[in-house]
Amino acid sequence: MLTTSSLVLGAAAEHSGINTGDIVFQLAMFIVLMLLLKKFAWGPLMGIMKQREEHVAGEITAAENSRKEAAKLLEEQRNLLKEARNEAQSMMENARKQGDVQREEIIAAARAEAERLKEGAKLEIEQQKEKAVAAIREQVAHLSVLIASKVIEKELNAADQDKLINEYIQEAGDIR
Amino acid sequence: MHHENPIVTFLGLQFNLANVLMITVASAIVFLLAVLSTRRLAMKPTGMQNFMEWIMDFVKNIINSTMDWKDGGRFHVLGITIIMYIFVANMLGLPFSVVVDGVLWWKSPTADPAVTLTLATLIVGLSHYYGVKLKGTAAYGKEFFKPFWFMFPIKIIEEFANTLTLGLRLYGNIYAGEILLTLLAGGLATGVGGHLAAILPTLAWQGFSVFVGAIQAFIFTMLTMVYLSHKVSSDH
Repeated sequence: MLTTSSLVLGAAAEHSGINTGDIVFQLAMFIVLMLLLKKFAWGPLMGIMKQREEHVAGEITAAENSRKEAAKLLEEQRNLLKEARNEAQSMMENARKQGDVQREEIIAAARAEAERLKEGAKLEIEQQKEKAVAAIREQVAHLSVLIASKVIEKELNAADQDKLINEYIQEAGDIR
Repeated sequence: MHHENPIVTFLGLQFNLANVLMITVASAIVFLLAVLSTRRLAMKPTGMQNFMEWIMDFVKNIINSTMDWKDGGRFHVLGITIIMYIFVANMLGLPFSVVVDGVLWWKSPTADPAVTLTLATLIVGLSHYYGVKLKGTAAYGKEFFKPFWFMFPIKIIEEFANTLTLGLRLYGNIYAGEILLTLLAGGLATGVGGHLAAILPTLAWQGFSVFVGAIQAFIFTMLTMVYLSHKVSSDH
């Protein structure tokens, strides 16, 4: 007790008594310790743990969202690809059809043109033939008049003569 | 091996200066440990932050095993502080004790019944306070007459018994441990042979005391939560 004798303020301490001071001190110290720790250690630590929890939850949600987004995009791309393929196929089909149609048209046009040319040629031939026949007929008429006048030695008027000539020509045509 | 205690009386209160010293030391160690390990907080915990978070989860599990987190969340800080303070206090007396002029200065603060009973009373007092606060005075009072009205005296005794057992269990374990360590170190170690003979049991007992100290800290926290849940939870 020598070391503490200077601190003894009251009567000589009894060892058997209750250490009321310790009780008060312990109580105060514990409460102060708890409050200090709450302010300086547990509070921030709980804060960061909560923050981490929220962060993890947020990350999970974000991952979920981006996964959904990716799936949606994939589906979209797949649809687009399918569409493009279909379009290409239909374009090819169209082109082929159009080609067929055009070919048919060209062929038809060519055929029509040929027909027209043929018709034209035929017509011209016919006309030429008519013309030739008419020319011959005229020639023959002259000759006939000449021949008739010489053969029958008889004057005929123009009307009778024409009539007669036509009869001859008709005959000549039937024979030929 | 009885040592004197450095007792002074101040303002009519008796102070055991050794207890005052050791309470302060234990509190300071806990405070420094906690504050230093939570200085650099990061989302990705490293080093001591991991350890502190483990303690928090440990206490959280203790609370969850006795009551709803909705009720028990408010006792989280109390639980962490208790388990760390009592563990550190238990450990303080293990490596050595300091005796100056026959006066014991360095020891576990929890090797004193006044200290442990103070903590126990604090806990039981808190349980009553939160019982009234969370359930209302009527519901709180009714708990004393359940399941039968004639259980009332037993319920009253139970409250005091709880306080006593909570405090004295801790005190007894730690005090006995220290007594045995003192005996081993001081009583047996006389002469060279005695020293050699004392090494092995001292080592063994110190190891065991670390275990006991940790277990007692855990039990104290566990029982704290059990008592609080008895008063706070409404499913009883």
